[in-house]
Amino acid sequence: MKHRLIAVTLGLLPLLSVAANDIAITIKDHTFSPAEVRVPAGQKVKLVIENQDATAEEFESTELNREKVIAPKSKATVWIGPLKPGKYSFMGEFNQATAKGVVIVE
Amino acid sequence: MFGPALIIFRETIEAALVISIVAAATRGVSRRTLFIVLGVLAGMLGSGLLAGLTETIADLAEGSGQELFNAAVLGIAVLMLGWHHVWMASHGAELARDAKRVGVQVSEGAAGLSAIMILVTLTVLREGAESVLFLHGMASGGGTSFADVFGGGALGFSGGAALGALMYFGLMRIPLKWFFSVTGWLIVLLAAGLAGQMARFLIQADWLPSLISPLWDTSFLLSANSLPGRILHAMVGYEPSPSAMQMLFYVVTLGLILLSASAVKRHHAAPAAIASKPSQA
Repeated sequence: MKHRLIAVTLGLLPLLSVAANDIAITIKDHTFSPAEVRVPAGQKVKLVIENQDATAEEFESTELNREKVIAPKSKATVWIGPLKPGKYSFMGEFNQATAKGVVIVE
Repeated sequence: MFGPALIIFRETIEAALVISIVAAATRGVSRRTLFIVLGVLAGMLGSGLLAGLTETIADLAEGSGQELFNAAVLGIAVLMLGWHHVWMASHGAELARDAKRVGVQVSEGAAGLSAIMILVTLTVLREGAESVLFLHGMASGGGTSFADVFGGGALGFSGGAALGALMYFGLMRIPLKWFFSVTGWLIVLLAAGLAGQMARFLIQADWLPSLISPLWDTSFLLSANSLPGRILHAMVGYEPSPSAMQMLFYVVTLGLILLSASAVKRHHAAPAAIASKPSQA
């Protein structure tokens, strides 16, 4: 909410007030699916990550500048963007061997 | 065992470095050890509690509860550091003088020491809860023996604590002439870095716009995942690709603390100058 206020006040980035696209990602058996997510450039995107495992996971991406712990059997929201075109990798910090993924911005 | 150890090590270093800086900065303040130890213990107890509440907190504020919680914790930590730095600005000369005399200690008021304790508690809390969740997952996930989980946890924790101790004793070797200036700057940069992290959580929760993201990218020079990158992140808030909003929080926090400290310093210096006049006459 606050952010919209600021955006309106500053009168910049009309894109921000556009309804965001939700993208669903599932964590199961310590892997992400889909492991490859395509999102449009220059827009904010809402990632809704569902952890179906019985253990917690930490969604982490230094390239996206994001980190979030996701409790077992629960959903978490992570906002990303607006981003420039390119590839941004993410991982599950608690299961780095298997939990890997990439956001492709185009 | 080394995989878990590495993760616990990374979770531990941030708290260990913050504690080492705070411990060094309060050199010569009586009862500081007691308050820091109490802070660590409270943080450890709280970590277990917070880990258990992860899901409840996460569900608040349309799934952004964790970000808001982290931002609030960081905001309080920044205030505590700022308060402490301003207090030090008015007592720094006294501390530097007394630190040379063995056994003489300056008493910081209960409020100042509580600020330090709260800061330590919150720092341990944030990193500790993640460690608890991770180790709990390892232990209940099967395929990993208890010895691996426990041994890995202990190894990683010891490594992090050792790094903190190294930092503390390194800082203590700085000559007294510069000591409180160095630790003062470290406290201010630490506060600015935490403010930057706070902005990042508010952006992640969509409460603030990132403005420009990234403002720059130095990941090719120093990656955030490398050990030096992690240490600099913990100490001065290094981020290879910060957003403009994060930088804004960083710079404003830095400026506000420095301005308040110099204002307090001037306020304290003025009466002393007047008082010294008659003795010169």
